[in-house]
Amino acid sequence: MTLQLPIFMDYHSTTPVDPRVVEEMLPHFTKSFGNAASRNHAFGWAAEEAVEHARERVGQLLGAASAKEIVFTSGATESNNLAIKGVADFYRDKGDHVVTQVTEHKAVLDTCKRLEKEGLRVTYLDVGKDGRVDPADVAKAIGDKTILVSIMLANNEIGTVQPLREIGEITRARGVLLHSDAVQGVGKVPFDVQSMNVDLASVTAHKMYGPKGVGALYVRRSKPRVRLVAQMDGGGHERGMRSGTLNVPAIVGFGKACDIMRLEGREESARILALRERLRTRLVGELDEVHLNGSFEHRLPGNLNLSFAFVEGEGLMMAIKDVAVSSGSACTSSSLEPSYVLRALGVGDELAHSSIRFGLGRFNTPEEVDYVADLVATKVRKLRELSPLYEMHQEGIDLEKVQWVAH
Amino acid sequence: MSYSTKVIEHTENPRNVGTLDKNDPNVGTGLVGAPACGDVMRLQIKVGDGGLIEDARFKTFGCGSAIASSSLATEWLKGKTIDQAEAIRNVDIVTELDLPPVKIHCSVLAEDAIKSAIADFRAKQAARRDSVAAVAPASEGPVPHGAAREAQG
Ligand SMILES: Cc1ncc(COP(=O)(O)O)c(C=O)c1O
Repeated sequence: MTLQLPIFMDYHSTTPVDPRVVEEMLPHFTKSFGNAASRNHAFGWAAEEAVEHARERVGQLLGAASAKEIVFTSGATESNNLAIKGVADFYRDKGDHVVTQVTEHKAVLDTCKRLEKEGLRVTYLDVGKDGRVDPADVAKAIGDKTILVSIMLANNEIGTVQPLREIGEITRARGVLLHSDAVQGVGKVPFDVQSMNVDLASVTAHKMYGPKGVGALYVRRSKPRVRLVAQMDGGGHERGMRSGTLNVPAIVGFGKACDIMRLEGREESARILALRERLRTRLVGELDEVHLNGSFEHRLPGNLNLSFAFVEGEGLMMAIKDVAVSSGSACTSSSLEPSYVLRALGVGDELAHSSIRFGLGRFNTPEEVDYVADLVATKVRKLRELSPLYEMHQEGIDLEKVQWVAH
Repeated sequence: MSYSTKVIEHTENPRNVGTLDKNDPNVGTGLVGAPACGDVMRLQIKVGDGGLIEDARFKTFGCGSAIASSSLATEWLKGKTIDQAEAIRNVDIVTELDLPPVKIHCSVLAEDAIKSAIADFRAKQAARRDSVAAVAPASEGPVPHGAAREAQG
Protein backbone atom coordinates (compact mmCIF):
# COMPACT_ATOMS: atom_id res chain seq x y z
CA MET A 1 0.00 0.00 0.00
CA THR A 2 1.54 3.27 -1.02
CA LEU A 3 -0.01 5.97 1.05
CA GLN A 4 1.08 9.56 0.63
CA LEU A 5 1.48 11.49 3.87
CA PRO A 6 0.25 13.94 5.02
CA ILE A 7 -3.37 13.07 4.27
CA PHE A 8 -5.77 15.92 3.63
CA MET A 9 -9.13 15.51 5.37
CA ASP A 10 -10.04 19.14 5.78
CA TYR A 11 -12.06 19.73 2.62
CA HIS A 12 -14.36 22.22 4.35
CA SER A 13 -11.48 24.62 4.79
CA THR A 14 -10.48 24.51 1.14
CA THR A 15 -9.85 22.05 -1.67
CA PRO A 16 -7.01 21.39 -4.07
CA VAL A 17 -7.65 22.68 -7.58
CA ASP A 18 -8.73 19.88 -9.88
CA PRO A 19 -6.07 19.34 -12.58
CA ARG A 20 -8.79 19.70 -15.24
CA VAL A 21 -9.52 23.14 -13.83
CA VAL A 22 -5.87 24.16 -13.85
CA GLU A 23 -5.60 23.10 -17.46
CA GLU A 24 -8.42 25.39 -18.53
CA MET A 25 -7.03 28.27 -16.53
CA LEU A 26 -3.46 28.24 -17.81
CA PRO A 27 -3.87 29.89 -21.23
CA HIS A 28 -5.57 32.82 -19.55
CA PHE A 29 -2.43 33.81 -17.70
CA THR A 30 -0.23 34.09 -20.76
CA LYS A 31 -1.73 33.93 -24.26
CA SER A 32 -5.28 35.01 -23.57
CA PHE A 33 -4.59 37.59 -20.89
CA GLY A 34 -6.90 40.38 -21.99
CA ASN A 35 -9.05 42.58 -19.82
CA ALA A 36 -12.66 41.45 -20.16
CA ALA A 37 -13.70 45.09 -20.11
CA SER A 38 -11.62 46.00 -23.19
CA ARG A 39 -14.41 46.30 -25.71
CA ASN A 40 -12.39 47.15 -28.80
CA HIS A 41 -9.76 44.54 -29.46
CA ALA A 42 -9.40 40.81 -29.83
CA PHE A 43 -7.66 40.31 -26.46
CA GLY A 44 -10.58 41.88 -24.65
CA TRP A 45 -13.15 39.98 -26.69
CA ALA A 46 -11.47 36.65 -25.96
CA ALA A 47 -11.39 37.41 -22.25
CA GLU A 48 -15.00 38.50 -22.25
CA GLU A 49 -16.05 35.37 -24.07
CA ALA A 50 -14.21 33.21 -21.54
CA VAL A 51 -15.86 35.04 -18.65
CA GLU A 52 -19.32 34.71 -20.17
CA HIS A 53 -18.80 31.01 -20.72
CA ALA A 54 -17.85 30.64 -17.06
CA ARG A 55 -20.88 32.70 -16.05
CA GLU A 56 -23.13 30.27 -17.89
CA ARG A 57 -21.54 27.34 -16.13
CA VAL A 58 -21.86 28.85 -12.65
CA GLY A 59 -25.46 29.80 -13.38
CA GLN A 60 -26.26 26.29 -14.57
CA LEU A 61 -24.95 24.70 -11.40
CA LEU A 62 -27.13 26.95 -9.27
CA GLY A 63 -30.18 26.59 -11.45
CA ALA A 64 -30.23 30.27 -12.43
CA ALA A 65 -32.71 31.29 -15.13
CA SER A 66 -30.08 33.46 -16.77
CA ALA A 67 -26.31 33.81 -16.62
CA LYS A 68 -26.92 37.52 -16.08
CA GLU A 69 -27.91 36.65 -12.53
CA ILE A 70 -24.30 35.74 -11.68
CA VAL A 71 -22.04 38.47 -10.27
CA PHE A 72 -18.40 37.49 -9.89
CA THR A 73 -16.70 38.44 -6.65
CA SER A 74 -13.48 37.69 -4.79
CA GLY A 75 -15.13 34.86 -2.81
CA ALA A 76 -17.98 34.08 -0.51
CA THR A 77 -16.98 36.57 2.17
CA GLU A 78 -17.47 39.33 -0.36
CA SER A 79 -20.62 37.72 -1.74
CA ASN A 80 -22.18 37.56 1.72
CA ASN A 81 -21.23 41.17 2.41
CA LEU A 82 -22.58 42.33 -0.91
CA ALA A 83 -25.84 40.42 -0.54
CA ILE A 84 -26.69 41.51 2.98
CA LYS A 85 -25.33 45.06 2.96
CA GLY A 86 -26.48 45.59 -0.62
CA VAL A 87 -30.05 44.59 0.21
CA ALA A 88 -30.08 46.45 3.53
CA ASP A 89 -28.90 49.62 1.81
CA PHE A 90 -31.27 49.38 -1.13
CA TYR A 91 -34.42 48.47 0.78
CA ARG A 92 -33.90 50.84 3.71
CA ASP A 93 -37.18 52.60 2.96
CA LYS A 94 -39.04 49.33 2.92
CA GLY A 95 -37.72 47.91 6.16
CA ASP A 96 -34.92 47.60 8.65
CA HIS A 97 -35.06 44.00 9.85
CA VAL A 98 -33.01 40.93 8.89
CA VAL A 99 -33.49 37.34 10.09
CA THR A 100 -30.59 34.92 10.27
CA GLN A 101 -29.45 32.12 12.57
CA VAL A 102 -26.65 31.56 15.06
CA THR A 103 -24.49 29.01 13.25
CA GLU A 104 -23.95 31.10 10.13
CA HIS A 105 -20.40 31.75 8.97
CA LYS A 106 -18.73 34.84 10.40
CA ALA A 107 -18.99 36.48 7.00
CA VAL A 108 -22.75 36.60 7.57
CA LEU A 109 -22.81 37.14 11.34
CA ASP A 110 -20.24 39.92 11.40
CA THR A 111 -21.87 41.61 8.44
CA CYS A 112 -25.12 41.61 10.40
CA LYS A 113 -23.33 42.95 13.48
CA ARG A 114 -21.97 45.80 11.41
CA LEU A 115 -25.42 46.63 10.12
CA GLU A 116 -26.80 46.55 13.66
CA LYS A 117 -24.36 49.33 14.53
CA GLU A 118 -25.91 51.27 11.69
CA GLY A 119 -29.39 50.87 13.12
CA LEU A 120 -30.61 47.70 11.42
CA ARG A 121 -32.42 45.13 13.57
CA VAL A 122 -31.28 41.53 13.30
CA THR A 123 -32.92 38.40 14.69
CA TYR A 124 -30.50 35.51 15.26
CA LEU A 125 -32.60 32.34 15.40
CA ASP A 126 -31.48 29.47 17.61
CA VAL A 127 -30.98 26.01 16.20
CA GLY A 128 -32.03 22.65 17.62
CA LYS A 129 -29.69 20.01 19.00
CA ASP A 130 -29.28 18.76 15.44
CA GLY A 131 -28.11 22.18 14.24
CA ARG A 132 -31.20 22.96 12.15
CA VAL A 133 -33.40 26.02 12.31
CA ASP A 134 -37.09 25.41 12.58
CA PRO A 135 -38.86 26.94 9.57
CA ALA A 136 -41.72 27.83 11.93
CA ASP A 137 -39.29 30.04 13.84
CA VAL A 138 -38.39 31.80 10.61
CA ALA A 139 -42.07 32.40 9.91
CA LYS A 140 -42.58 33.80 13.42
CA ALA A 141 -39.57 36.09 13.18
CA ILE A 142 -40.70 37.76 9.97
CA GLY A 143 -42.46 41.06 10.58
CA ASP A 144 -43.68 44.04 8.55
CA LYS A 145 -40.23 45.55 8.42
CA THR A 146 -38.35 42.37 7.51
CA ILE A 147 -36.49 42.74 4.21
CA LEU A 148 -34.21 39.72 4.20
CA VAL A 149 -33.80 36.23 5.60
CA SER A 150 -30.29 34.78 5.40
CA ILE A 151 -29.92 31.05 6.07
CA MET A 152 -27.00 28.94 4.93
CA LEU A 153 -27.39 25.80 2.85
CA ALA A 154 -24.97 23.73 4.92
CA ASN A 155 -22.76 24.47 7.88
CA ASN A 156 -18.99 24.45 7.53
CA GLU A 157 -18.28 22.86 10.92
CA ILE A 158 -20.98 20.29 11.49
CA GLY A 159 -22.18 19.86 7.90
CA THR A 160 -25.80 20.32 8.91
CA VAL A 161 -28.05 20.97 5.92
CA GLN A 162 -30.76 23.55 6.61
CA PRO A 163 -34.40 23.14 5.55
CA LEU A 164 -33.96 25.75 2.85
CA ARG A 165 -36.83 24.57 0.66
CA GLU A 166 -39.33 25.00 3.50
CA ILE A 167 -37.85 28.37 4.40
CA GLY A 168 -38.02 29.46 0.77
CA GLU A 169 -41.74 28.72 0.69
CA ILE A 170 -42.23 30.95 3.71
CA THR A 171 -40.14 33.86 2.48
CA ARG A 172 -41.75 33.75 -0.96
CA ALA A 173 -45.25 33.73 0.53
CA ARG A 174 -44.38 36.62 2.82
CA GLY A 175 -42.66 38.69 0.15
CA VAL A 176 -39.30 38.71 1.91
CA LEU A 177 -36.01 38.11 0.11
CA LEU A 178 -34.06 34.94 0.88
CA HIS A 179 -30.26 34.86 0.80
CA SER A 180 -28.31 31.65 1.27
CA ASP A 181 -24.62 31.13 1.91
CA ALA A 182 -24.48 28.02 -0.24
CA VAL A 183 -20.69 27.65 -0.11
CA GLN A 184 -20.44 24.25 1.55
CA GLY A 185 -23.42 22.55 -0.02
CA VAL A 186 -23.47 23.41 -3.69
CA GLY A 187 -22.81 20.36 -5.84
CA LYS A 188 -22.88 18.13 -2.77
CA VAL A 189 -26.50 18.26 -1.67
CA PRO A 190 -29.57 19.25 -3.73
CA PHE A 191 -29.63 22.98 -4.35
CA ASP A 192 -31.51 24.95 -6.93
CA VAL A 193 -32.45 28.60 -6.70
CA GLN A 194 -35.68 28.10 -8.67
CA SER A 195 -37.36 25.30 -6.79
CA MET A 196 -36.04 26.55 -3.45
CA ASN A 197 -37.10 30.16 -4.03
CA VAL A 198 -33.66 31.50 -3.21
CA ASP A 199 -33.17 35.11 -4.29
CA LEU A 200 -29.49 35.56 -3.51
CA ALA A 201 -26.84 32.86 -3.11
CA SER A 202 -23.16 33.06 -2.23
CA VAL A 203 -20.66 30.57 -3.61
CA THR A 204 -16.88 30.31 -3.73
CA ALA A 205 -14.60 28.37 -6.06
CA HIS A 206 -12.03 27.13 -3.58
CA LYS A 207 -14.50 24.88 -1.77
CA MET A 208 -15.30 23.06 -5.00
CA TYR A 209 -11.90 22.30 -6.50
CA GLY A 210 -11.48 25.69 -8.10
CA PRO A 211 -8.96 28.44 -7.29
CA LYS A 212 -8.99 30.67 -4.22
CA GLY A 213 -10.00 34.30 -4.41
CA VAL A 214 -12.97 33.96 -6.75
CA GLY A 215 -16.63 33.48 -6.02
CA ALA A 216 -20.03 34.64 -7.09
CA LEU A 217 -23.27 36.06 -5.89
CA TYR A 218 -26.44 34.87 -7.57
CA VAL A 219 -28.87 37.79 -7.77
CA ARG A 220 -32.38 36.96 -9.01
CA ARG A 221 -33.49 39.13 -11.93
CA SER A 222 -37.17 38.36 -12.08
CA LYS A 223 -40.02 37.38 -9.78
CA PRO A 224 -38.82 39.21 -7.85
CA ARG A 225 -36.10 41.35 -9.35
CA VAL A 226 -33.56 41.85 -6.58
CA ARG A 227 -31.84 45.22 -6.33
CA LEU A 228 -28.57 45.91 -4.55
CA VAL A 229 -26.48 48.91 -3.65
CA ALA A 230 -22.92 48.17 -4.79
CA GLN A 231 -20.42 48.06 -1.97
CA MET A 232 -17.40 48.75 -4.18
CA ASP A 233 -17.26 51.93 -6.23
CA GLY A 234 -15.34 52.06 -9.48
CA GLY A 235 -15.61 51.18 -13.13
CA GLY A 236 -19.10 49.72 -12.93
CA HIS A 237 -18.21 46.15 -13.83
CA GLU A 238 -20.67 43.31 -13.28
CA ARG A 239 -23.72 45.44 -14.13
CA GLY A 240 -22.60 48.00 -11.62
CA MET A 241 -22.86 45.57 -8.75
CA ARG A 242 -19.17 44.85 -8.33
CA SER A 243 -16.52 47.11 -9.78
CA GLY A 244 -13.02 45.86 -10.41
CA THR A 245 -11.19 44.20 -13.30
CA LEU A 246 -12.29 40.60 -13.51
CA ASN A 247 -9.85 37.88 -12.49
CA VAL A 248 -10.25 36.05 -15.78
CA PRO A 249 -8.10 32.93 -15.18
CA ALA A 250 -9.75 32.35 -11.80
CA ILE A 251 -13.24 32.90 -13.21
CA VAL A 252 -12.50 30.44 -16.02
CA GLY A 253 -11.34 27.91 -13.43
CA PHE A 254 -14.44 28.55 -11.32
CA GLY A 255 -16.61 27.88 -14.38
CA LYS A 256 -14.87 24.61 -15.09
CA ALA A 257 -15.10 23.58 -11.42
CA CYS A 258 -18.85 24.24 -11.50
CA ASP A 259 -19.20 22.22 -14.67
CA ILE A 260 -17.43 19.24 -13.11
CA MET A 261 -19.64 19.53 -10.04
CA ARG A 262 -22.80 19.68 -12.13
CA LEU A 263 -21.83 16.60 -14.12
CA GLU A 264 -20.16 14.51 -11.44
CA GLY A 265 -21.41 15.88 -8.13
CA ARG A 266 -24.15 13.36 -7.52
CA GLU A 267 -21.96 10.32 -8.10
CA GLU A 268 -19.10 11.87 -6.20
CA SER A 269 -21.29 12.60 -3.19
CA ALA A 270 -22.36 8.97 -3.02
CA ARG A 271 -18.74 7.85 -3.10
CA ILE A 272 -17.70 10.37 -0.44
CA LEU A 273 -20.64 9.46 1.76
CA ALA A 274 -19.55 5.82 1.66
CA LEU A 275 -16.03 6.84 2.71
CA ARG A 276 -17.35 8.97 5.54
CA GLU A 277 -19.57 6.19 6.79
CA ARG A 278 -16.64 3.81 6.68
CA LEU A 279 -14.68 6.23 8.85
CA ARG A 280 -17.58 6.88 11.21
CA THR A 281 -18.58 3.27 11.77
CA ARG A 282 -15.00 2.23 12.40
CA LEU A 283 -14.35 4.98 14.94
CA VAL A 284 -17.66 4.59 16.72
CA GLY A 285 -17.21 0.82 16.70
CA GLU A 286 -13.70 0.80 18.10
CA LEU A 287 -13.94 3.54 20.71
CA ASP A 288 -16.39 4.26 23.51
CA GLU A 289 -17.71 7.73 24.29
CA VAL A 290 -17.56 9.09 20.74
CA HIS A 291 -20.30 11.63 20.00
CA LEU A 292 -21.52 12.84 16.62
CA ASN A 293 -22.12 16.59 16.50
CA GLY A 294 -24.95 17.82 14.29
CA SER A 295 -27.71 16.02 12.45
CA PHE A 296 -26.91 12.58 11.10
CA GLU A 297 -29.71 12.64 8.57
CA HIS A 298 -29.38 16.17 7.23
CA ARG A 299 -25.67 16.27 6.70
CA LEU A 300 -23.09 16.97 4.02
CA PRO A 301 -21.77 13.67 2.67
CA GLY A 302 -18.14 14.54 3.45
CA ASN A 303 -18.64 15.92 6.95
CA LEU A 304 -17.85 14.00 10.11
CA ASN A 305 -17.70 16.06 13.28
CA LEU A 306 -16.99 13.89 16.30
CA SER A 307 -16.23 14.57 19.94
CA PHE A 308 -13.85 12.06 21.49
CA ALA A 309 -14.73 12.55 25.15
CA PHE A 310 -11.86 12.96 27.65
CA VAL A 311 -9.39 13.86 24.90
CA GLU A 312 -8.68 17.46 23.97
CA GLY A 313 -9.05 18.24 20.27
CA GLU A 314 -5.82 20.03 19.66
CA GLY A 315 -3.87 17.43 21.58
CA LEU A 316 -5.41 14.80 19.32
CA MET A 317 -4.69 16.83 16.20
CA MET A 318 -1.08 17.00 17.21
CA ALA A 319 -0.98 13.26 17.82
CA ILE A 320 -2.31 12.64 14.32
CA LYS A 321 -0.29 15.37 12.69
CA ASP A 322 0.10 13.44 9.44
CA VAL A 323 -3.63 13.93 8.94
CA ALA A 324 -4.99 17.40 8.25
CA VAL A 325 -8.28 17.88 10.10
CA SER A 326 -9.68 20.69 12.20
CA SER A 327 -11.06 21.09 15.71
CA GLY A 328 -13.70 23.10 17.51
CA SER A 329 -11.34 23.21 20.46
CA ALA A 330 -10.53 26.66 21.72
CA CYS A 331 -6.87 25.86 21.55
CA THR A 332 -6.91 26.02 17.78
CA SER A 333 -8.12 29.59 17.85
CA SER A 334 -6.50 32.54 19.52
CA SER A 335 -9.69 33.40 21.38
CA LEU A 336 -9.60 30.38 23.71
CA GLU A 337 -13.35 30.09 23.27
CA PRO A 338 -14.60 26.81 21.88
CA SER A 339 -16.63 26.73 18.69
CA TYR A 340 -19.73 28.94 18.75
CA VAL A 341 -21.40 26.49 16.39
CA LEU A 342 -21.08 23.55 18.79
CA ARG A 343 -22.19 25.80 21.63
CA ALA A 344 -25.30 26.71 19.68
CA LEU A 345 -26.23 23.02 19.53
CA GLY A 346 -25.96 22.80 23.28
CA VAL A 347 -22.81 20.68 23.10
CA GLY A 348 -21.08 21.25 26.45
CA ASP A 349 -17.79 23.12 26.43
CA GLU A 350 -15.89 20.00 27.44
CA LEU A 351 -17.19 18.06 24.45
CA ALA A 352 -16.63 21.06 22.21
CA HIS A 353 -12.99 20.99 23.29
CA SER A 354 -12.90 17.33 22.29
CA SER A 355 -14.27 17.79 18.79
CA ILE A 356 -12.59 16.96 15.53
CA ARG A 357 -13.96 17.83 12.11
CA PHE A 358 -13.08 15.41 9.35
CA GLY A 359 -13.86 16.81 5.92
CA LEU A 360 -13.70 14.23 3.18
CA GLY A 361 -13.51 15.10 -0.47
CA ARG A 362 -12.75 14.28 -4.07
CA PHE A 363 -9.26 12.89 -3.69
CA ASN A 364 -9.64 10.77 -0.54
CA THR A 365 -9.30 7.02 -0.93
CA PRO A 366 -10.54 4.02 1.08
CA GLU A 367 -6.91 3.31 2.02
CA GLU A 368 -6.63 6.79 3.50
CA VAL A 369 -9.83 6.32 5.45
CA ASP A 370 -8.57 3.05 6.92
CA TYR A 371 -5.24 4.61 7.80
CA VAL A 372 -6.95 7.54 9.51
CA ALA A 373 -9.38 5.29 11.39
CA ASP A 374 -6.50 3.16 12.71
CA LEU A 375 -4.41 6.15 13.64
CA VAL A 376 -7.20 8.06 15.36
CA ALA A 377 -8.35 5.02 17.34
CA THR A 378 -4.79 4.29 18.50
CA LYS A 379 -4.08 7.89 19.47
CA VAL A 380 -7.39 8.42 21.24
CA ARG A 381 -6.68 5.33 23.35
CA LYS A 382 -3.18 6.61 24.10
CA LEU A 383 -4.38 10.08 25.03
CA ARG A 384 -7.11 8.64 27.23
CA GLU A 385 -4.44 6.76 29.13
CA LEU A 386 -2.93 10.18 29.66
CA SER A 387 -6.23 11.77 30.62
CA PRO A 388 -7.15 12.28 34.26
CA LEU A 389 -10.76 12.70 33.10
CA TYR A 390 -10.89 9.26 31.51
CA GLU A 391 -9.48 7.74 34.69
CA MET A 392 -12.10 9.54 36.78
CA HIS A 393 -14.81 8.49 34.36
CA GLN A 394 -13.73 4.87 34.67
CA GLU A 395 -13.76 5.16 38.45
CA GLY A 396 -17.38 6.19 38.14
CA ILE A 397 -16.84 9.81 39.15
CA ASP A 398 -19.40 12.18 37.67
CA LEU A 399 -17.25 14.88 36.09
CA GLU A 400 -20.18 17.28 36.12
CA LYS A 401 -20.20 17.20 39.91
CA VAL A 402 -16.50 17.86 40.46
CA GLN A 403 -15.64 21.33 41.74
CA TRP A 404 -13.11 22.36 39.12
CA VAL A 405 -10.57 25.04 39.91
CA ALA A 406 -10.55 27.02 36.69
CA HIS A 407 -7.53 29.23 36.27
CA MET B 1 0.62 27.19 14.84
CA SER B 2 3.71 25.04 14.69
CA TYR B 3 5.10 23.34 17.76
CA SER B 4 8.64 23.44 19.06
CA THR B 5 10.59 20.21 18.73
CA LYS B 6 10.64 19.94 22.52
CA VAL B 7 6.88 20.09 22.78
CA ILE B 8 6.55 17.46 20.07
CA GLU B 9 9.13 15.27 21.79
CA HIS B 10 7.29 15.43 25.13
CA THR B 11 3.91 14.71 23.61
CA GLU B 12 5.22 11.77 21.64
CA ASN B 13 7.11 10.39 24.63
CA PRO B 14 5.47 11.80 27.72
CA ARG B 15 7.52 11.19 30.89
CA ASN B 16 6.11 9.87 34.14
CA VAL B 17 2.54 9.30 33.09
CA GLY B 18 0.58 7.61 35.81
CA THR B 19 -1.17 7.60 39.12
CA LEU B 20 0.17 7.48 42.68
CA ASP B 21 -1.96 6.44 45.63
CA LYS B 22 -3.66 9.65 46.63
CA ASN B 23 -4.33 8.29 50.12
CA ASP B 24 -0.64 7.72 50.81
CA PRO B 25 0.40 10.37 53.38
CA ASN B 26 3.65 10.92 51.50
CA VAL B 27 1.84 11.68 48.25
CA GLY B 28 0.63 15.15 47.36
CA THR B 29 -1.96 15.50 44.59
CA GLY B 30 -2.78 18.61 42.61
CA LEU B 31 -5.77 18.68 40.26
CA VAL B 32 -6.12 21.98 38.42
CA GLY B 33 -7.97 23.36 35.42
CA ALA B 34 -11.44 22.48 34.18
CA PRO B 35 -12.78 20.34 31.34
CA ALA B 36 -14.88 23.25 30.11
CA CYS B 37 -11.71 25.33 29.73
CA GLY B 38 -10.04 22.62 27.69
CA ASP B 39 -7.33 21.63 30.12
CA VAL B 40 -7.08 19.64 33.32
CA MET B 41 -3.79 18.61 34.91
CA ARG B 42 -3.32 16.14 37.69
CA LEU B 43 0.18 16.19 39.13
CA GLN B 44 1.36 14.01 42.00
CA ILE B 45 4.53 13.97 44.04
CA LYS B 46 5.80 11.34 46.43
CA VAL B 47 8.16 12.65 49.07
CA GLY B 48 10.75 10.36 50.62
CA ASP B 49 11.78 10.34 54.27
CA GLY B 50 14.77 12.53 53.50
CA GLY B 51 12.42 15.25 52.22
CA LEU B 52 13.29 14.70 48.58
CA ILE B 53 10.68 14.16 45.89
CA GLU B 54 11.34 10.59 44.89
CA ASP B 55 8.57 10.21 42.34
CA ALA B 56 6.33 12.47 40.30
CA ARG B 57 3.45 11.47 38.02
CA PHE B 58 0.98 13.27 35.85
CA LYS B 59 -2.09 12.87 33.72
CA THR B 60 -3.27 15.74 31.55
CA PHE B 61 -6.31 16.47 29.43
CA GLY B 62 -5.23 19.24 27.13
CA CYS B 63 -3.38 20.34 24.05
CA GLY B 64 0.17 19.33 23.22
CA SER B 65 1.64 22.26 25.11
CA ALA B 66 -0.31 21.37 28.24
CA ILE B 67 0.83 17.75 28.05
CA ALA B 68 4.43 18.82 27.45
CA SER B 69 4.34 21.35 30.32
CA SER B 70 3.20 18.77 32.83
CA SER B 71 5.53 16.09 31.49
CA LEU B 72 8.45 18.48 31.86
CA ALA B 73 7.31 19.47 35.35
CA THR B 74 7.42 15.86 36.55
CA GLU B 75 10.94 15.49 35.17
CA TRP B 76 12.09 18.59 37.02
CA LEU B 77 10.37 17.66 40.26
CA LYS B 78 12.14 14.37 40.78
CA GLY B 79 15.06 14.65 43.20
CA LYS B 80 14.13 18.15 44.34
CA THR B 81 13.26 19.26 47.86
CA ILE B 82 9.82 20.75 48.40
CA ASP B 83 11.36 24.22 48.65
CA GLN B 84 13.19 23.74 45.37
CA ALA B 85 10.03 22.44 43.75
CA GLU B 86 8.14 25.46 44.96
CA ALA B 87 10.65 27.70 43.24
CA ILE B 88 9.78 26.35 39.76
CA ARG B 89 8.21 29.17 37.78
CA ASN B 90 6.02 29.01 34.71
CA VAL B 91 8.53 31.15 32.80
CA ASP B 92 11.10 28.39 33.23
CA ILE B 93 8.70 26.04 31.44
CA VAL B 94 7.95 28.61 28.74
CA THR B 95 11.67 29.03 28.09
CA GLU B 96 12.47 25.33 28.11
CA LEU B 97 9.62 24.40 25.77
CA ASP B 98 9.66 27.52 23.60
CA LEU B 99 5.97 28.08 24.20
CA PRO B 100 4.32 30.80 22.09
CA PRO B 101 2.29 33.54 23.87
CA VAL B 102 -1.08 31.80 23.33
CA LYS B 103 0.27 28.75 25.18
CA ILE B 104 1.62 30.51 28.25
CA HIS B 105 -1.50 29.54 30.17
CA CYS B 106 -0.39 25.89 29.87
CA SER B 107 2.79 26.68 31.80
CA VAL B 108 0.79 28.66 34.36
CA LEU B 109 -1.43 25.65 34.87
CA ALA B 110 1.63 23.43 35.37
CA GLU B 111 2.98 25.81 38.03
CA ASP B 112 -0.45 25.79 39.70
CA ALA B 113 -0.44 22.00 39.62
CA ILE B 114 2.96 21.86 41.34
CA LYS B 115 1.85 24.32 44.01
CA SER B 116 -1.39 22.47 44.52
CA ALA B 117 0.39 19.11 44.89
CA ILE B 118 2.79 20.64 47.42
CA ALA B 119 -0.08 22.23 49.36
CA ASP B 120 -1.85 18.87 49.48
CA PHE B 121 1.30 17.13 50.69
CA ARG B 122 1.83 19.77 53.40
CA ALA B 123 -1.77 19.59 54.53
CA LYS B 124 -1.47 15.82 54.89
CA GLN B 125 1.78 16.15 56.82
CA ALA B 126 0.26 18.75 59.10
CA ALA B 127 -2.78 16.59 59.70
CA ARG B 128 -0.52 13.68 60.54
CA ARG B 129 1.54 15.73 63.00
CA ASP B 130 -1.71 16.90 64.53
CA SER B 131 -2.95 13.42 65.07
CA VAL B 132 0.46 12.32 66.43
CA ALA B 133 0.54 15.30 68.78
CA ALA B 134 -3.02 14.63 69.81
CA VAL B 135 -2.18 11.06 70.63
CA ALA B 136 1.22 11.58 72.33
CA PRO B 137 0.19 13.67 75.37
CA ALA B 138 -2.77 11.44 75.96
CA SER B 139 -0.84 9.45 78.60
CA GLU B 140 -0.78 12.58 80.74
CA GLY B 141 -4.47 13.00 80.50
CA PRO B 142 -6.85 14.17 77.84
CA VAL B 143 -5.78 17.26 75.92
CA PRO B 144 -8.33 19.09 73.85
CA HIS B 145 -7.65 18.81 70.12
CA GLY B 146 -7.43 22.58 69.76
CA ALA B 147 -4.64 22.78 72.33
CA ALA B 148 -2.61 20.18 70.52
CA ARG B 149 -3.02 22.13 67.35
CA GLU B 150 -1.76 25.25 69.10
CA ALA B 151 1.22 23.42 70.49
CA GLN B 152 2.20 22.68 66.94
CA GLY B 153 2.53 26.43 66.37
C1 LIG C 1 -20.04 28.66 4.98
C2 LIG C 1 -18.95 29.56 4.49
N1 LIG C 1 -19.24 30.81 4.11
C3 LIG C 1 -18.31 31.66 3.68
C4 LIG C 1 -16.98 31.29 3.60
C5 LIG C 1 -15.96 32.29 3.13
O1 LIG C 1 -15.60 32.03 1.81
P1 LIG C 1 -14.33 32.72 1.15
O2 LIG C 1 -13.16 32.01 1.72
O3 LIG C 1 -14.48 32.47 -0.31
O4 LIG C 1 -14.36 34.16 1.47
C6 LIG C 1 -16.63 30.00 3.98
C7 LIG C 1 -15.23 29.54 3.93
O5 LIG C 1 -14.47 29.69 4.86
C8 LIG C 1 -17.63 29.12 4.44
O6 LIG C 1 -17.34 27.88 4.84
